[in-house]
Amino acid sequence: MHLPFAALEVGQQLYWQLGNLRLHGQVFLSSWVVIGALLALVVVGTRSLERDPRGVQNLLEFIWVYIRDLAREQIGEKVYRDWLPFIGTLFLFIFVSNWGGALIPWKLIHLPHGELGAPTADINTTIALALLVSLSYFYAGLSRKGFRYFEYYVEPTPIMLPFKIIEDFTKPLSLSFRLFGNILADELVVGVLAFLVPLIVPLPAMFLGLFTSAIQALIFATLAANYIGEAVHEEHH
Amino acid sequence: MDSLTSAASVVAAGLAVGLGSIGPGIGQGNAASGAVEGIARQPEAEGKIRGTLLLSLAFMEALTIYGLVVALVLLFANPFA
Repeated sequence: MHLPFAALEVGQQLYWQLGNLRLHGQVFLSSWVVIGALLALVVVGTRSLERDPRGVQNLLEFIWVYIRDLAREQIGEKVYRDWLPFIGTLFLFIFVSNWGGALIPWKLIHLPHGELGAPTADINTTIALALLVSLSYFYAGLSRKGFRYFEYYVEPTPIMLPFKIIEDFTKPLSLSFRLFGNILADELVVGVLAFLVPLIVPLPAMFLGLFTSAIQALIFATLAANYIGEAVHEEHH
Repeated sequence: MDSLTSAASVVAAGLAVGLGSIGPGIGQGNAASGAVEGIARQPEAEGKIRGTLLLSLAFMEALTIYGLVVALVLLFANPFA
């Protein structure tokens, strides 16, 4: 029996050779689609700004307010404005990637190897995003507090030092694995169900997948904001 | 991959997901029961409780997902094959 829509190709990549680097081409292609969609949405929404927002502008303002509340709650009133674009970009890129991977019928486009899907279902994408978060919370702490940032490692007691250092490694690890695992698991569950029963039955799993992918985008952005907020937090003596 | 390695990998993948889901299962049950109790006591705080519940459920789910990642590595990218 041949089921073209249900074939699973985990671990198969469309390799592009760039010098001595091997790139996962399908991830780049789907990321470009996601970036293009986001850019198009923003350009269309901000082209003719009106005092009373309507249509796309209204949607964009709603998203902006949502992300601003998230960042302000986690980072704090004083500094959140600097980090709002970063948090917003993370949230929107991950959200649109996750939903794009589930909603766009990628299977209609045939690749020689691998298959198109959510860019966040590739471990390289999520590790890159998580390392960006690591770099930015170090930068946030160091630029705001200078070397006093390292006081955070010995507070409340110096006994905490090894744990706080280990935390710097586990933060990007858990950020990237959580996102990657959730999205890949959604795709696999839907794929396996579609392989067993192609009609109707995978639909509830698809809706659950949409729900968890939205939650994962929210969690990634919340945690990134939380780490930055922890780094810039001032103790009141 | 020789048959012993593949058999061990498949068993280990099953164990990784199966054992890894016990703890988060109990934890999510506790969290949900606490949230329901909170909503029953204070129905007007439902929105806030729901948001916090979803966030903490996702944290617990992440632990199972780590087991799933280990299982996926064993099945599709086995380093001992």
